[in-house]
Amino acid sequence: MTDTASLPRRNGSAPALRLAKRVAGLALTLAATFLGLLAITFVIGRVIPIDPVLAVLGERATAEQYEAAREAMGLNQPLWVQFGLYVRDALSGDFGKSLVTAKPVLEDVARVFPATLELATIATIFGVLFGIPAGVIAATRPGSLADQLVRLIGLMGYSMPVFWLGLMGLLVFYGELGWVGGPGRLDTSYEFMYELDVPARTGMILIDTALAGQWEIFANALSHILLPAGVLGYYSMAYISRMTRSFMIDQLGQEYITTARVKGMPEWRVVWVHALRNVMVPLITVIALSYANLLEGSVLTETVFAWPGLGLYITHALFSADMAAVMGGTIVVGTVFILLNMLSDVLYRLIDPRARA
Amino acid sequence: MSLLEVENLRVTFATEAGPVEAVRGVSFRLDRERLGIVGESGSGKTMTGRSVLRLIRPPGRIEADRMAFGGVDLMRISEREMRALRGRRIAMVMQDPKFSLNPVMRVGAQLTEGLRLRDGMSAREARAKALEALEAVQIRDPERVLDAYPHELSGGMGQRVMIAMMLIPEPDLLIADEPTSALDVTVQAEVLRILDALVRERGMGLMFISHDLNLVARFCDRVLVMYRGRIVEEIEAQRLSQATHPYTQGLLGCLPKIGGARGPLPTLARDAAWSE
Amino acid sequence: MSGLRAWLIDPAPRSPMQARAGQLWLGWLRLARNPLALIGLLIIVALLAAAALAPWIATHDPYAQNLAGRLQPPLSPGHWLGTDEFGRDIWSRLVHGARITLYIVALVTVTAPVVGLIIGTVSGYFGGIVDTALMRLTDIFLAFPRLILALAFVAALGPGIENAVLAIALTAWPPYARVARAETLTVRGADFIAAVRLQGAGAGRIVVGHVMPMCVPSVIIRVTLDMAGIILTAAGLGFLGLGAQPPLPEWGLMIASGRKFLFEQWWVATMPGLAIFIVSLGFNLLGDGLRDVLDPRSATR
Repeated sequence: MTDTASLPRRNGSAPALRLAKRVAGLALTLAATFLGLLAITFVIGRVIPIDPVLAVLGERATAEQYEAAREAMGLNQPLWVQFGLYVRDALSGDFGKSLVTAKPVLEDVARVFPATLELATIATIFGVLFGIPAGVIAATRPGSLADQLVRLIGLMGYSMPVFWLGLMGLLVFYGELGWVGGPGRLDTSYEFMYELDVPARTGMILIDTALAGQWEIFANALSHILLPAGVLGYYSMAYISRMTRSFMIDQLGQEYITTARVKGMPEWRVVWVHALRNVMVPLITVIALSYANLLEGSVLTETVFAWPGLGLYITHALFSADMAAVMGGTIVVGTVFILLNMLSDVLYRLIDPRARA
Repeated sequence: MSLLEVENLRVTFATEAGPVEAVRGVSFRLDRERLGIVGESGSGKTMTGRSVLRLIRPPGRIEADRMAFGGVDLMRISEREMRALRGRRIAMVMQDPKFSLNPVMRVGAQLTEGLRLRDGMSAREARAKALEALEAVQIRDPERVLDAYPHELSGGMGQRVMIAMMLIPEPDLLIADEPTSALDVTVQAEVLRILDALVRERGMGLMFISHDLNLVARFCDRVLVMYRGRIVEEIEAQRLSQATHPYTQGLLGCLPKIGGARGPLPTLARDAAWSE
Repeated sequence: MSGLRAWLIDPAPRSPMQARAGQLWLGWLRLARNPLALIGLLIIVALLAAAALAPWIATHDPYAQNLAGRLQPPLSPGHWLGTDEFGRDIWSRLVHGARITLYIVALVTVTAPVVGLIIGTVSGYFGGIVDTALMRLTDIFLAFPRLILALAFVAALGPGIENAVLAIALTAWPPYARVARAETLTVRGADFIAAVRLQGAGAGRIVVGHVMPMCVPSVIIRVTLDMAGIILTAAGLGFLGLGAQPPLPEWGLMIASGRKFLFEQWWVATMPGLAIFIVSLGFNLLGDGLRDVLDPRSATR
């Protein structure tokens, strides 16, 4: 038994090795998931009752033209070879050409994705800004009126069809009250100005106009994004507030909370500093997940608000039987999903000292 | 006037199946001495300790005819006044530093937050004071411990940090709730020794809560034995072997003795009448 | 009554049945103390009643067109929720739509959880490479945005209620597989499984006859929590025109058709949305209350 205790020295080489292992593991997971993603879209593409050759050539092609095109597209090869080709193309960013726009799918997606990203980001900001405080307040007074209210607001968010809430928002805030801009990202008159006067740096109108100092267009874009972002943000808030509440109740029952109280810390500090820091650890994953869900929720929201983003692109492609575009869009959303998952994993390690190497 | 006077303390929990009384009319006094509270799990000893800090979470409720600390009736003062007493004049060391230290805050931040927030000390002053406190609990490289996170400390180290943290404001009363039960046997004695030295040195009152009768007998001046929410016996620690209550005698009988008979230890017989 | 109550809350039950009944009773008390959960229960009972008694509750034929009386506002004579663009009575369509909603929910809940249960138990019981492969597959599906995957499936299969159900089921099974696998892992090492194995039972028999029944309760809990999500996804597919087809009174589809008149005849899109909202809320309120009862850790107290 020693008289004094000392801190064990950290081993210098182990963390680096662990980090390398983790990165490798993560990359492997990413690759496997991406391959699975491609497999699913490939299978869907094969069961589809649309003949991809006819879709390209049109109904009037001769038999020779048909065969030639079929061969050129690799469709006479065995399935696994076709899949190999598909993976190779996908890895080089080639998802084929859209039938509707006659442009490479990736180019189309790159053009429409910023609109979706802008929408989902602002919605997540709403969700975090309102969801975390609501969840914390509910957790500190379980069973109270405030708690019931937060619970009800959250459950309502879980129960309303997003497209319907969007329509109701349009009806009230645009149709009746005229507080916000209507469908689309800009008024038609501003759309022209935006095309002419604002260099498209990011594709996100709010950022681009701010960078260009075009505050009038900025204001118009803001009035247009508020409603759809608010609608999506409501769902994000519902999710985040419920998870925050549940994590918070968990943490408030922990012994270190008693320690903070024994030290005479005021209640606000116990809750908003001691407990919330611990809540943020799992909450990061929740926020990333909610962000990913918003990208998905944008399919329906963009339809309602005529928001020219990825969701609208995919649904339009769906109705024109433009399968290359549908699958390309699906793969991009899936990839963003995977990347967000990875990001949350990395953030998690940054916030939780126990998870660090 | 004693440092702490408790009269008829009751702690009740409301449950679906009706109210459950965890502490049922406990009265005792505590001066600047070392008072042990022993009992098995569920005997109400922990609840008794936490009641003094008014830290029973709902649905638990504290009632007492009187619970005076330094002449102030804790049952009558506001939460704000209570908070001023906590930490500064009454402190508590809990069982397992793995849970009682905030896992995502550096040790330094946890040690100094009271000094900085309440006493308005500068970062440097507070840090100096924290270093001093860590040295007092015989931590060799306090600088590094201050910058460490709790999970980087061993159990014994964590508990020293906890003791240092609680003793920084120099409280008049320290409640130690099973402070060594979660620790490795080899470091238990050491942590106890540090605790004992500091308590003597600073002349504070100590409420030592434990299930370990031997430990309490060695470490305390006076012992309260609790059974099912009541005090069944109060006795000087040296005279523990002359305990009169059958429950205490039973507890003593269950302890193995070096050189004692080799037969199976007797099991504790309980009598419903003890809890009446 | 008081005798029964005393029997139920007896802290020292004399039989396993009494103990279980007591647990149920305490659970019911906890649920009944939550007014929101009771409201949810009420809503679901009302939905079931509406679906069962649709022909009697409906005031009109849900498909009967009346072009002279089209787009009547709510509270007009004979049509208390108004009429749509073909003069069909919205209330009657909503009531009949309840059947479609229940049909979809029922179909999904008998397919996805079963698939998940099989994959999860097989994965958990056999372990090793089977487990790795199946769980990797599960993770891939989980990593996928559900609605978009469902869209892609429907695009491949063609629109329609059954295909929408299939698409939802194909995207909904992974969470059940996870739950069933977790449960299987805890059961796998149990003595009674070892006993069955010693009696010479094969792996298939053990999984189907002994492991699966143990996993069913937790899967069912998960299903009740997912009901609202299923309803919303189905409505979303309907709204996009990929689920139920006209003239079926499917609620999502009704919202889509009311969209054209949103600013002039608001009720056509509003009423079916309210119906979806109320029914989903019912499932959510009840599911939430049930979870509080079954998982004391997340309870309010």
